[in-house]
Amino acid sequence: MEQSPVFFIQGAGYSYKGASVSAIESVNLSVTSGEWVALLGTNGSGKSTLAKMMNALLPPMRGVCFAMGMDTSAPELAASIRQNVALVFQNPDDQIVASIVEEDVAFGPENLGLPSEAIRARVERALQLTGLSEMRRRGSYSLSGGQKQRLALAGALAMEPKALILDESTSMLDPEGRASFLNCLRELNTRGITIIQITHRMEEVVHASRVVIMEAGKVAWDGSPDSFWEEKCAEFGFDTPQELELLRSLRAGGFVPAGTKPVVNDLLEALCL
Amino acid sequence: MSIEAVDIKYVYNAGTSAAVTALDGISIEAGRGEWVSIVGHTGSGKSTLAQHLNLLLTPFSGFVSIDGVRAAPGSREARAARRKVGLVFQYPESQFFAETVREEIAFAPSNWGVAGDALDACVTEAASWAGLSPAALDANPFSLSGGERRRVAIASVLSARPDYLVLDEPTAGLDASGVRGLTATLRELCSNGMAVIHVTHDMETALSMSDRITVLERGVLAVSGIPERVAEYLSQRPVKGLVMPPSVRFAQGLREKGVSLPLVSRVDGIIEVLEEARSRRKR
Repeated sequence: MEQSPVFFIQGAGYSYKGASVSAIESVNLSVTSGEWVALLGTNGSGKSTLAKMMNALLPPMRGVCFAMGMDTSAPELAASIRQNVALVFQNPDDQIVASIVEEDVAFGPENLGLPSEAIRARVERALQLTGLSEMRRRGSYSLSGGQKQRLALAGALAMEPKALILDESTSMLDPEGRASFLNCLRELNTRGITIIQITHRMEEVVHASRVVIMEAGKVAWDGSPDSFWEEKCAEFGFDTPQELELLRSLRAGGFVPAGTKPVVNDLLEALCL
Repeated sequence: MSIEAVDIKYVYNAGTSAAVTALDGISIEAGRGEWVSIVGHTGSGKSTLAQHLNLLLTPFSGFVSIDGVRAAPGSREARAARRKVGLVFQYPESQFFAETVREEIAFAPSNWGVAGDALDACVTEAASWAGLSPAALDANPFSLSGGERRRVAIASVLSARPDYLVLDEPTAGLDASGVRGLTATLRELCSNGMAVIHVTHDMETALSMSDRITVLERGVLAVSGIPERVAEYLSQRPVKGLVMPPSVRFAQGLREKGVSLPLVSRVDGIIEVLEEARSRRKR
């Protein structure tokens, strides 16, 4: 039996009240289980609206959007969709509900009516994965911006979702925080969790298995990260990450062999003078 | 003419068991026309320091002086001094209240009695500095995307024509062209005599743009100085949570291989050095 897609979106459109142009014009996108999709695009291209549609926060006005086979425009399915598809916003203040860190993480599972043993275990795992175990008794609002972003992720993880949608959820993290956040995502992805990652940071695209570029409410390009770097990165005006810039210049000068990865240590090892 | 924070100490939840010292004896100075970066890991105290610079927070000890005026909190001098300092918050939504982008940007100047054509000009100019299209002026700020909201936040601070502009992670949520546009704008405003105080954890931008860098670690000063020296220091004594940009790490690795070059180099500069080294070895 063929596996049904985690997301199936066909001709989907959405316009905000009073806006003269559609936030989403018409999107076709199908994502299968275990994929890691980097969703790119300029500000206002419709990425966040699409994320909210995939999480059943906004029903499509035209076309269809299914999450795990469930119609996102059916109100009775919304709770079940959100249990399986977690959305983490850019601004963590939008989703932090409790005043103590561990209580905030427990909020979702408590609402699922799980036994307290199971809730504790989930909270424990989520705190550990996000590196917040030591801050569990801290006040949620006394955390720094980056710590709050990790708390927002922990809250989503405690729901044990099948798919995770991240809407620029690493924007406030420092480089080390971002690295551990990405490690955490990689771990989740190897366990089969589907990841949709909206980002402006090209270095985060390196981890994705697929790149989708949005433009004016449509999917403008859809392909592999390798062909993205080769053909589309510059064409769509994205910044080249410094590692890639280094690799290209070193390749052009004949300093490293073909097939070297754009990673500083690999470049240094491969370097021949 | 400069803004100066001297020996600032600040404690959150002071006097309770949850007391956290956010800043412990931090000093920083930025003269007009200078670009100064405050860099640190998550929770290092850099946002707290930023909020002292526009007198939003009052230090437990130490003081902030603006153009030589050391203002007592709440005093008339403090209000006047505060007008010279613009602060763009980490989350732009936290500073919105108006129903249109235009009103949002016009708020500060109209409060100070700017009206009519002068006000329009002021709003249009600030909007274009921030990279907002004239069409966006009539939108509701809450209906905009994250990146557009950030532009509105920046425009509404620039319309007040501050002498000292403090930006807390201003590029978070901006797309690549937005980052390039903002950086170019700040450079220009800076060369026209405005001071830029840039709070960030992006070492790459800090090293390439700043006149001086101050690095905080858990509320205390880790290192402070010109970019090249700060890079040298940090490559020997790394600070938790901060990662040096790829070009610096690569240059560091080259030094270990016996190729000497400045740590803060552009990629084409690194290639030049490598080519020289290669031709020397061939000879």
